[in-house]
Amino acid sequence: MADFPDVRLHVVTGKGGTGKTTVAASLALALASGGRRVLLTEVEGRQGIAQLFDTPPLPYEERKVAVAPGGGDVYALAIDPEDALLDYLHMFYKLSRTGVAARTLRRMGAIEFATTVAPGLRDVLLTGKVKEAVVRRAGGKGKQDSYAYDAVVLDAPPTGRIARFLNISSEVSGLAKVGPLKSQSDGVMAVLRSPQTAVHLCTLLEEMPVQETIDGVAELVSVGLPVGGVVVNAVRAPLLHPADLLAAEKGSLDLSSLTAGLEKAGLDAPDALVTSLAAEAADHASRVALEERGRDALGELHRPSYELPLLSDAVDLASLYELAALLKAQGMA
Amino acid sequence: MSARKPPLFDVDAVLDTASILVCTGSGGVGKTTTAAALALRAAERGRRTVVLTIDPAKRLAQSMGLSELDNTPRRVEGADRSNGGSLDAMMLDMKRTFDEIVLTHAEPGKAEAIFANPFYQALSTSFAGTQEYMAMEKLGQLQATGDYDLVVVDTPPTRSALDFLDAPERMTTFLDGRMIRILLAPAKAGGKVYVRAVTAGFSVFTNVLTKIIGAGVLQDVSQFVGALETMFGGFRERAQATYDLLKAPGTSFVVVAAPERDALREAAYFVERLAEESMPLAGLVVNRVHRSSGDLTAERARVAAQSLEEFGGHELASAVLRLHADRTALSARERRLQERFSGAHPGVPVVEVAALPGDVHDLEGLRAVGADMAGGQAATVPGVPA
Repeated sequence: MADFPDVRLHVVTGKGGTGKTTVAASLALALASGGRRVLLTEVEGRQGIAQLFDTPPLPYEERKVAVAPGGGDVYALAIDPEDALLDYLHMFYKLSRTGVAARTLRRMGAIEFATTVAPGLRDVLLTGKVKEAVVRRAGGKGKQDSYAYDAVVLDAPPTGRIARFLNISSEVSGLAKVGPLKSQSDGVMAVLRSPQTAVHLCTLLEEMPVQETIDGVAELVSVGLPVGGVVVNAVRAPLLHPADLLAAEKGSLDLSSLTAGLEKAGLDAPDALVTSLAAEAADHASRVALEERGRDALGELHRPSYELPLLSDAVDLASLYELAALLKAQGMA
Repeated sequence: MSARKPPLFDVDAVLDTASILVCTGSGGVGKTTTAAALALRAAERGRRTVVLTIDPAKRLAQSMGLSELDNTPRRVEGADRSNGGSLDAMMLDMKRTFDEIVLTHAEPGKAEAIFANPFYQALSTSFAGTQEYMAMEKLGQLQATGDYDLVVVDTPPTRSALDFLDAPERMTTFLDGRMIRILLAPAKAGGKVYVRAVTAGFSVFTNVLTKIIGAGVLQDVSQFVGALETMFGGFRERAQATYDLLKAPGTSFVVVAAPERDALREAAYFVERLAEESMPLAGLVVNRVHRSSGDLTAERARVAAQSLEEFGGHELASAVLRLHADRTALSARERRLQERFSGAHPGVPVVEVAALPGDVHDLEGLRAVGADMAGGQAATVPGVPA
């Protein structure tokens, strides 16, 4: 049984460099496996999804990017604030997306103006599009009651900005008291605050990302947004026995035993090699100790936690499947 | 591809001569630490240095005495002054920096009205680009004091390192732009000129915009921009002056990256952009490099570990061999990524900083990073030219 059976919107955040796009993509694959439809979205204009799935840059259009194990589909969408505004104008004011008016607005930089003059507007438009995908119905015969997507995964802005990004109702409250923008933001907020949503935080077992994760959780909780799990990325397996780790860290590793082992394996074991291997072991040991402290600190959050290994090669499509399987095995999807 | 070594980034030579160093790179690569380490080293080599940090980790900030966010430089007492230099540090407070600009330039009594304007409040706290713009503004101010030989700036953690260069342009285009002119038009006597510019599309737009964000906001914007015009005599010239400072002799950029695909790609974008803008690049600092020692290859280590595991026993040796194999493989991958960067940008000087087990949060740690960047030399060895 997965940990988030009722969640349909998975928001993935994390400090820069913690691999949140990779985690979001893996989670989308994991959620799609077994014949489900999942939409993976990004909102920062980085085209991170296209790079990861090795496809041309994504247009403002839902495109299938991968087939999950067991026959599910992952679609992807790069949400652009300009397009989202035109969408919005189309929805509420019947303004044609490709007509003269829309073209004129683009040319005059009006759209950029609108999305910058009211800082909250941009986020409402971005999250509004995500929400629309979450609540969209499949349509078609006999499908009126089912959703177009079983789940939506959002590769969100980083931890430092996530609470502000999602807590749009407070951002627009100063702008609009009534009218479509207000009802739009209320609608988005209702979905974001509901049990349908979970905000997952991605981290590494390093001091700064761990601290940011802890701060991020507190901030999300304080604005009433539902916190999901913590995904610990790039975990190294501790290769040494605990006793050896301790010795390595103290610099008291049994060098004669190490030398004997190297010789047994048929290697020359000059002192220089033994010393440098011991130094690598010491490095590893202090890294493991640091990771242990990070893990303890994250444990205090009492959130479901998932670990993904450090990949020895660059992330490619094959490794996404591998990571997806690991997330699924740990119950995240 | 031939693995020709890139030129070595002579960090000390730059630290001894530059007057402005801008550290840039994508988020999470250790930019703040690099900026602080460079500044400390410059100070200990004898230069009067100030480092402007944007968002330092709490413990690093404390170690530099930055417990208060008061937007003024403070002396870092722990820096070695025996070569005649000194280190000051400050944390950028972007709202305060913006407020200070207003206070300096607004006519008496006008400042309060600007501060109270809701649009000013939004612009000074959450406009994408304000932080970058204010970092540049502060950089200009610090340099203008004449108190420092060298100003080291850390850049904000943006989506893209390029945002830093684009911020002033974005901000001025925005404040100086056509949209604002048109919105301002009704408030001005010569408004008729703009009537012709108002197309069908635009009237749809103003109607819709008014509906979406409210007439009040537009009024705030136009009042704010009106006030701004009188006090600045053109935001554009001001931004241009700051931008020019980045091209001035004595200014250099240090691009910071980690040996990872995304970080190096971002570094490559930035290097290309600097070339386009004729802005001087000092070099690339690659942080968190895993060095692997000895001649034992990953393959041999792995085979040896495997054979030990088959024999049984010698668990320490087999674990250490596996560790070495992983590390050597990682190191090789990092090397390939760096070679790819240097292959495409052969003239860019590069220096590596070894991966540390933990974060740096004291001066001793910064000093060690600085020494690593300078090829292991201590900053304060006797005989170093001041």
